[in-house]
Amino acid sequence: MSVTDDLIKKYEDRLAAFEDRLRRMETGQSTSAAPRRAGRVGTGLRLGVDVGGTFTDLLLLDERNGRTFTAKVPSTPSDSSIGVLKGIERICRLASINPTDITEVMHGTTVATNTVLTRSGALVGLVTSKGYKDTLQIARSYVPGGLGGWVIWNKTAPLAPLEYTIEADERMDAKGAVLVQLDEKTLRRDLKKLLSSGIEALTIALFNSYTNDAHELRIAQIAQEIAPHIPVSTSASIMPEMYEYERTETTVVNSYVRPVVSKYVDSLQSELKRRMGSDVMLQILRSDGGLSSAQAAMDQPVNLLMSGPAGGVSGALWIAKQAKFKNLLTFDMGGTSTDVALIENSIARTRRETRVADVTVRAPSIDVRTVGAGGGSISYVPELTKALRVGPQSAGADPGPAAYDMGGEEPTVTDANVVLGYLPSDAKLGGDMAISRDAAVRAVSKIAESLSISVEDAAEGIVRIVNENMVGALRLVSVEQGYDPRDFALIGFGGAGPLHANALARLVNSWPTIIPPGPGVLCAYGDATTRLRNEASQTYVTRVTATSDTEIGRMLEDLHDEAAKDLTAEGVSRDEQEVLYQVDIRYHGQGMKLTIDLDPDEFRRDGIAGIARRFDAEHEQLFTFALDAAHEIVGLRAVVQGAEKSFLNTETRRGGVDGSSARVQPTRIYADGDWREGYIYDRAKLQPGNKITGPAVVTEMDSTSVILPDHVGVVDDVGNILIWPVGHENAT
Amino acid sequence: MVATIIETNTTPFPRVDVNPITLDIVENALRNARNEMDAVLFRTAMSPGIREQHDAFPMIANHEGKMVVGQFGSFLYGFINGYDGTIEDGDIFITNDPYSCNGAVSHLNDWLLMMPIFHDGKLVSWAAMFGHMTDVGGKVPGSLPTDAKMIYEEGIIIPPTKIYRKGELADEILNIMLHNTRMPEWNKSDFFAIIAALRLAERRVRENIDRFGAETYISAMWDMLDRNKAAMGAIIQMIIPEAVDGKKAYFEDWIDDDGMGNGPYKIACHLHREGEIAYFDFTGSDPQSFSSINFLLNEEMFKMFFGAFTINLFDPQILFNDGFYDLIEVNIPEGCILKPKKPAALSCRTHMLGRIFDLMGGLLGQGAPDALNAAGFSDSPHFMYSGFDSNGEWYQLFQIGFGGVPGRPVGDGPDGHSMWPAFTNVPNEFLEAYFPLRIREYATIPDSGGAGLHRGGNGIVIAYEMTETGEISIHDDRWLTYPWGVNGGEPGMRSTKRLVRKDGTEQNIPSKCDRIEVHPGDILYFNTWGGGGWGDPFQRDPELVLLDVRRGLVTVAGAKRYGVVIKSEAVDIKATNKLRTDMEKKRGEVPLFNRGFPSIEELKSRAKAETGFDAPVAPVFRGSYARAAE
Repeated sequence: MSVTDDLIKKYEDRLAAFEDRLRRMETGQSTSAAPRRAGRVGTGLRLGVDVGGTFTDLLLLDERNGRTFTAKVPSTPSDSSIGVLKGIERICRLASINPTDITEVMHGTTVATNTVLTRSGALVGLVTSKGYKDTLQIARSYVPGGLGGWVIWNKTAPLAPLEYTIEADERMDAKGAVLVQLDEKTLRRDLKKLLSSGIEALTIALFNSYTNDAHELRIAQIAQEIAPHIPVSTSASIMPEMYEYERTETTVVNSYVRPVVSKYVDSLQSELKRRMGSDVMLQILRSDGGLSSAQAAMDQPVNLLMSGPAGGVSGALWIAKQAKFKNLLTFDMGGTSTDVALIENSIARTRRETRVADVTVRAPSIDVRTVGAGGGSISYVPELTKALRVGPQSAGADPGPAAYDMGGEEPTVTDANVVLGYLPSDAKLGGDMAISRDAAVRAVSKIAESLSISVEDAAEGIVRIVNENMVGALRLVSVEQGYDPRDFALIGFGGAGPLHANALARLVNSWPTIIPPGPGVLCAYGDATTRLRNEASQTYVTRVTATSDTEIGRMLEDLHDEAAKDLTAEGVSRDEQEVLYQVDIRYHGQGMKLTIDLDPDEFRRDGIAGIARRFDAEHEQLFTFALDAAHEIVGLRAVVQGAEKSFLNTETRRGGVDGSSARVQPTRIYADGDWREGYIYDRAKLQPGNKITGPAVVTEMDSTSVILPDHVGVVDDVGNILIWPVGHENAT
Repeated sequence: MVATIIETNTTPFPRVDVNPITLDIVENALRNARNEMDAVLFRTAMSPGIREQHDAFPMIANHEGKMVVGQFGSFLYGFINGYDGTIEDGDIFITNDPYSCNGAVSHLNDWLLMMPIFHDGKLVSWAAMFGHMTDVGGKVPGSLPTDAKMIYEEGIIIPPTKIYRKGELADEILNIMLHNTRMPEWNKSDFFAIIAALRLAERRVRENIDRFGAETYISAMWDMLDRNKAAMGAIIQMIIPEAVDGKKAYFEDWIDDDGMGNGPYKIACHLHREGEIAYFDFTGSDPQSFSSINFLLNEEMFKMFFGAFTINLFDPQILFNDGFYDLIEVNIPEGCILKPKKPAALSCRTHMLGRIFDLMGGLLGQGAPDALNAAGFSDSPHFMYSGFDSNGEWYQLFQIGFGGVPGRPVGDGPDGHSMWPAFTNVPNEFLEAYFPLRIREYATIPDSGGAGLHRGGNGIVIAYEMTETGEISIHDDRWLTYPWGVNGGEPGMRSTKRLVRKDGTEQNIPSKCDRIEVHPGDILYFNTWGGGGWGDPFQRDPELVLLDVRRGLVTVAGAKRYGVVIKSEAVDIKATNKLRTDMEKKRGEVPLFNRGFPSIEELKSRAKAETGFDAPVAPVFRGSYARAAE
């Protein structure tokens, strides 16, 4: 029963925290932002923390002068907070500060993601409407794969097992009217049994509850009466939108990760308070790139599934802003997977769903497309077709690529990079991992033999195939959304991103390629520089002709108020907040919808007609045609953010064009079918203004960058390397 | 008559060497292009059939019309060979006439659009896509009349026609087409959605040519076709035995009736290999029907079914294409139900189309027992509901049902899933928001999946409560024959339909029917069928059976089919062991296939008692088509 004890303890802790907050509010300590903000001007230290699979990265940002400190410590997967706290000790030493000087900790976490990936979440009980207990079992009836795909596909069991699913006799209609009253007597009996069956979390997901959630709330109340220690998630509060399977699944995932996330956030928070004082504010990065309070993160952890990748995108956004780039493709390549996203006009594109492995939930997230290929992806040649395939199998961390000499024998993308000289095998270059070129060559030779080509050509082939997969993902976020990649710069980060970024930019013609400083800790940058954000949304399906500017305007204002509440409670006063309205709209009868962003002034000026006009234009841009059909509003949303701050790095030093003093040694790399002579550079010695002509390899603590032949890298004022094709019109 | 291709530059493409890496890159680029075509279509189409259920299929072909990426093989051969006109830059062709394109589309609802792609005055590729339109006119809403005797009753027939000429839309032709349907708005949007997808494919093809040059691009596609041929050649050798002493594999299956009292209709096939060529011979199949259940089976499409089905087991990442067509010979006698003569009605061919897959599984499984699956939900049954609501607005729903995937060597069959690629169900909240319907129940049917070491997936029940007066039509099958089990597995449960009127009276509804009047408060229980079981049910772990019982997928009584006795929510081990021993003794030898009946005659003799419907009458050949029976 230790799990139950934990849950009880957690509940009590939460209650205590809540009471504490109430008390502080009553004594006027932190009801509004102004006094607290003012109080923090003295220190103004923000700490970003990103916990990855291998390393925990930290970045300390001094708001007053933009100075940053970074630290990297090994992650501690059994309890990530241990690694986090070690990292905090290290970075405080580095910056010669006291932990109590830190006022805000921003944290991107993969704990929710990993809980789903490793299937280690809570045992979830589910209450559905009568007739709908199989909603998750049937799902959308979709079988992946092409014709005959069903022959080899096994469906994974629902996260809320059918044997822990009960039905409530009740029914709402599609307009929110009660068709069948809730049969409380029967429900109470069934619920008692379910709540005592060993479940650790409960989901209530009733049919049509997006139109009226009275029954969901009533059942939640009954459940809390019977078993106050079991956390309850109701579907309309997690996802107030149409589509019963998606809403049920989303809410079940919320319940599934909730105990794990709550425990993690809670223990981290109390440890931080112990070391940094009780006024330290812990905030968690959400999938959509916003920040949520620790409490909101514990209640709605389904919003954290993409917290990790969102940190990278936010970091890219911040770095790019310093370098004055507004339109970016982000390319975050790790060991087993790669995330790409699109930033337009300094705003990351978001979408209404989040995908982790075979779990898809309707929670807003930065539109990150993940390709199941990274440095560890294994390449092979199927006997029958003699095609060169890369992934989806990965060598992972154990045994890892052959070049790491830890028992891996299969040729990976990393091995190909070693063979080509992109990843130098010379030990004196530092780094924790010794790299064996011989082992890499041995592994890649298998491919070379199967295809009867040289080992270099095989290695280059592997890299080109994996790049092509990445291009597919970049296309999905750009071209498929109506954007031309040539209007974007490409920023490469993550362990392997800087190795491939130049080649990728060449394929999609996105210039410059930006390699940020510390590409391995970019996520922590993102965590530290993100703004508080909240949103409130509502499904409201109506033809444009059947509503009015007054009605929609009133609803948007109500949503604004609702979303603003939480931020106000977090200490951001209304005048420090920015609001954005979003209206989901389509042609009546269409399945998809487009989201039109506008601010309150725009709405007041142009009304619904203006939204419809913008929809037509965007539809035409995306799909090459518009229709003269009726417009239909599908949903309304208000997104509220804390005001933006700029952190100017006041310390800039400039060097000359000549970067040769950063050279470590000559090297050669294989590119476009030939060996080419170049140099290895030490990034720490590069100065703003330096120009590096490709081919070149730039090494730093946790990352290696490649500048291809006929390309030139320029170090900008904030330390980014901007790579351009030689002679490019915009190259400086 | 073969179409004339107008090229300003007529030099043929030379075949150049393509290095293997470039080849794989072109392959990936085309795979991405196809996925993008789908994405654009699903986002912009309006009819639930396309946008929610994804009843639409894209293709990119080389300049010769050979499919290099896609699903169902090339739609183009029949068209190019039968079109009496020119093919020029800027043209887009449309047709929905199965008889004009040798069955590339198989009923009038599927609108097929084909676009030649030119580069520097030369034809370099084709993009094509077809999608199921909710309504194309004809005698019934949905345009799928069971009782049609000629194709002319099934809607507007569009012969291959230039709907774009030199880039200009022939809007008057489009207007005629839309004017002949009950859902012009949906069709119009779906039409333009398909055009948008084709334009996207065109852009991708051009980008590839910019990147690699036309000669490399064209040659890479030839290489991709060759690569498939080599792979399929090896697969054919592996799984199809050579006919020793003229002994060929044989399998037969049925669809139950034609909605006009005739049936079951048999499809029969012999399979053997001579050297590198595999022969499929459908001689022995039943004659074409008087009603609309005929399926004009395109030989090339059948080859593709076979190839896609088998390649999955060896290299699921491959981009499957037409390259191996020379390795397969298909013979379908004219006048049989798989090659009906014009003007036979075709609209309800969905059952036969699905049953082809059961047939193929049964045939191939004999040569490769490890790859033998049971029979599953080999169909896309239709539910149609339409009328004028109380505000006088026309509503019309076309919906596809899902059922049990069979037990397979890899595991249990999923419950209530689709065996067609890409298909998804329509969310019930969506149905309630947009149609005068309430879905009272949407659940799996316990025990409907056949017992087996690997259980067949359960069928599902959808309880439709109508809230307006209107008409419903249904197309379904397997109400008489069963989805068979294999290797000791049992057959799955049949489909049934029950209409409960508001006043409480009940009636069984036949599997195929048109225009049944319904009123507010009437409830239709549409029960789909389960998948057959795979392997010996007595070998299934009793704890797994118990789990299925706790999950409501199998009942306590149903557990006895596995020889498992469950008492107070636990397995009674002693009773189970005894029951299993007794049942095993009684069962005797285990046949490879378990159809659930010894002969069609025996099955018919119990039809009335078991289903409430009279047994159908054996179909007979008419006059000139009698040859096909030989």
